[in-house]
Amino acid sequence: MTTAPVINHAAAQRNKQLRSKGFTVLGIIFLAVMLFPIYWMINASLQPSGNTLNASLLPLNPSFAGYEKAIADQGANLVSSLIISLGTVVVTLVIAAPAAYALAQFKFRWISAGLLAILIAQMIPGVVIANALYAAYNDLGLLNSYVGLILADSTHAIPFAILIMRAFMTSIPASVIEAARVDGAGQVRAFFSIALPIAKNALITAGLFAFLFSWSDFLFALTLTTTDDIRPVTLGIYQYLGTQVSNWSAVMATAVLSSLPAIVLLVIAQKYIAAGATGGAVK
Amino acid sequence: MTSQSLHSKDVVIQTPRQKPTARKRSRFDKETITKILFVVPAGLFMVLYFGYPVVKNITMSLQDYTTKTFFTGEAPWVGLQNYATVISSNLFGPAMLNTALFTVGSIIGQFVIGLGLAVFFNRRFPLSGFLRAMLLLPWLLPLIVASATWRSILDQDSGILNQFLGTFGIPAIPWLTSPSVALIAVIIVNIWVGIPFNVTLLYGGLQDIPEELYEAGSLDGATGWKAFWHITWPNLRPVVSVVLVLGVVYTIKVLDIILGLTNGGPANATQTIAVRSYQESFVNFQFGVGAAFSNILILISLVFAIIYLRANRRAVDE
Repeated sequence: MTTAPVINHAAAQRNKQLRSKGFTVLGIIFLAVMLFPIYWMINASLQPSGNTLNASLLPLNPSFAGYEKAIADQGANLVSSLIISLGTVVVTLVIAAPAAYALAQFKFRWISAGLLAILIAQMIPGVVIANALYAAYNDLGLLNSYVGLILADSTHAIPFAILIMRAFMTSIPASVIEAARVDGAGQVRAFFSIALPIAKNALITAGLFAFLFSWSDFLFALTLTTTDDIRPVTLGIYQYLGTQVSNWSAVMATAVLSSLPAIVLLVIAQKYIAAGATGGAVK
Repeated sequence: MTSQSLHSKDVVIQTPRQKPTARKRSRFDKETITKILFVVPAGLFMVLYFGYPVVKNITMSLQDYTTKTFFTGEAPWVGLQNYATVISSNLFGPAMLNTALFTVGSIIGQFVIGLGLAVFFNRRFPLSGFLRAMLLLPWLLPLIVASATWRSILDQDSGILNQFLGTFGIPAIPWLTSPSVALIAVIIVNIWVGIPFNVTLLYGGLQDIPEELYEAGSLDGATGWKAFWHITWPNLRPVVSVVLVLGVVYTIKVLDIILGLTNGGPANATQTIAVRSYQESFVNFQFGVGAAFSNILILISLVFAIIYLRANRRAVDE
């Protein structure tokens, strides 16, 4: 009498475990299909140089000729991209963090109007901004400059950064800020010594995305540079592609090198990336 | 502690020197000014990098703005002539149609696959969180990297896709070189890029549906597909409308993928309004005409932005 239900229970348990393992296997298969192009990019980058793509399924005899060519051709461009991306992180955080704090904690009357403007700004097509900036930069001498590109790339990141940091700073209880103010701290001190440390995670998320957005930028690199002085790596890849690709392994090696920030950050900073992916998109 | 007590002592010493009302008022002003200074940098940036471009695009579209303008500084007003040029150009009709097909095709593909994956990952199983996070990768890569990778995959003679299809006896398809399939190829790549975004938002929506609803439903016999139609779908609807509208707004302005894959070709088969705007301004140096194209893009975005804001407000209310 008593043993039968126990066996049933054990069987159900085993069945459940088996099913959940099945789901893991299925999940791995889905992921493998989705990420196949990325595998293929890595695989193609390790094939011997040439203008054809006769790659084997596995890079059994890896050749690093593609990487040698990529670094020789695009090494300086990778450095340019790095400078621009780090600059964008700094500009974005310096501009967005105080604004996020203000929108979260101050009781201005026009806060909802400000938020609406930020939401709409995110929807403005990049080509509209590029069109106007080209003319303005031409007059101001900001074409082919780091400053010009950093500021333009910040348009990808600032609205997003304000929204994501504000969401986090709204959750700081007003009483915490008030307590500091009673102790004599001004708004500026309260911001630096209380709000920023509490919102550290949101700051990291905003900074990471500012880096990735700027690193990925192609449109401003394409339109706001007219010479070869400063050439972000995305533009380098575009020029490699041309109309006819002459050296696929170099193209793919550059593509792999350009993917490293995203891959590395997704693996080591998964928590922050996942927070940004959900938080920034809706609000 | 010490610095704070010192500070309050300072205040005590200062107080007798000033009239209380004057002090209070000046402190209030200083406080307001400090508060405003928090938003000044962001406000300035928004005006210069979002406000100015929108206004400039409107004025540019009413001017004969070309390379010559940069030398002479002259851009004569031409009224609506640029818009007339745009609408009467041979490429306007096809570009509008391609924009619509590209947007609708991309969104249907991204949404259906994204919803399927979101529902799948909504169950808890070992590694589900890790696998779902890794799924974000296509979205985080530079779009031009995605373009380069897919160009190698879609290559007619030696690309892996045609080799794979060849094993089933399917003849090599000229994905990016034939006007009849190039748009489909570009849509496929854009679907791949957009899936992670859809999965993430829809997964978030699924997580917000209370477990009790499913428990109550299963008592009434609603499981599997029935549970999906009667519980999941109605509860997910607000998120769905946000995902779809944002999808439209982000898809109609796509430029990187098309420029990287086909540059609008072959034979203009992948020309969209965004590509026209770019090429008129930065290839033909007809900035006025380019601005007119991009204003059409803004107008379409604006319509969907209004729909989005209404859908979003509903989602918040509910």
